[in-house]
Amino acid sequence: MNVIVNDEQHRLEDGTTVGQLISRLALTPRRVAVERNRELVPRATYDRTVLKDGDQIEIVTLVGGG
Amino acid sequence: MAENALRIAGFSFSSRLFVGTGKYASYEVMQQALAASGCEVITVAVRRERLYDEQDRSLLDFIDTDKYTILPNTAGCFTADDAVRCARLGRELLEGMGNPGAGWVKLEVLADTKTLLPDPIGTLEACQTLVGEGFTVLVYSTDDPVMARRLKAAGAASVMPAGSPIGSGQGVLNPNAIRIILEDLKEGDPDYPIIVDAGVGTASDVTVAMELGADGVLLNTGVAHAKQPVHMAAAMKHAITAGRLAYISGRIPKKLYATASSPLEGTIAPTRSS
Repeated sequence: MNVIVNDEQHRLEDGTTVGQLISRLALTPRRVAVERNRELVPRATYDRTVLKDGDQIEIVTLVGGG
Repeated sequence: MAENALRIAGFSFSSRLFVGTGKYASYEVMQQALAASGCEVITVAVRRERLYDEQDRSLLDFIDTDKYTILPNTAGCFTADDAVRCARLGRELLEGMGNPGAGWVKLEVLADTKTLLPDPIGTLEACQTLVGEGFTVLVYSTDDPVMARRLKAAGAASVMPAGSPIGSGQGVLNPNAIRIILEDLKEGDPDYPIIVDAGVGTASDVTVAMELGADGVLLNTGVAHAKQPVHMAAAMKHAITAGRLAYISGRIPKKLYATASSPLEGTIAPTRSS
């Protein structure tokens, strides 16, 4: 299946969870937050949130700002 | 010192200066400037992952999250919906780090990229939604007293009127509007916090805001883009103290004519011209 992560296409195996996506991207889980189709995915549910083909994912972190 | 702590919805801070973490030449300069400013609250933005500096480093490597209370903003959001999503993401990030700032948000809903002025209607709408979701909302606003009143009524923990547009360095352009906001929102509620946010160009701008009776000042560019950001951060710290003490002390009224400081009696005999 294909999902869009921060506007980029990613090809993933069926059944991939949000938790697996984060580790595949080599991100530090406590430094990111995730939205799936514009809805927040709470950290506690990463491992049971299974992605679907066409999902739009936002992965964000904190940066400098005023 | 005859100065109380700043209290905002359960938080208590001895510094009344909030400093942003954007636009510094390097993370090292930012770190030193934050330390020199004496601030306890720093603002951050929420952005897509993989925004590292040139050396592939993250802001989070340079912030002591045990020392600072982090106030996540919704900068860059131009609709109420986007600002609400951004606030939720910020809360999730700070909860993950165990930072006390997880429950609060600096709400900005901006009108356009040129003026960066707040969109009043979107701001009010997002404020209502976020208060309903249990956020402690510190809301960036125009200096319109009626808008400020509406935002307080919507449950904002602090209204933060702009001194002048973001990053413009014009200082407090309409002190009378700030005075009306202070008088109006603090009537019967003297501890309600008003923080002047945006537009600070130099230390005297901070002092002006504090002398008017603001509870604090939030700034970023005035320090980050100063030629010597670390020195300017120290200047801002002193400006907060000077302005606060002057406000508490009570300034003398302005008068048209002079009033002598030295006694007029007992002066020596005037020289006679021969």
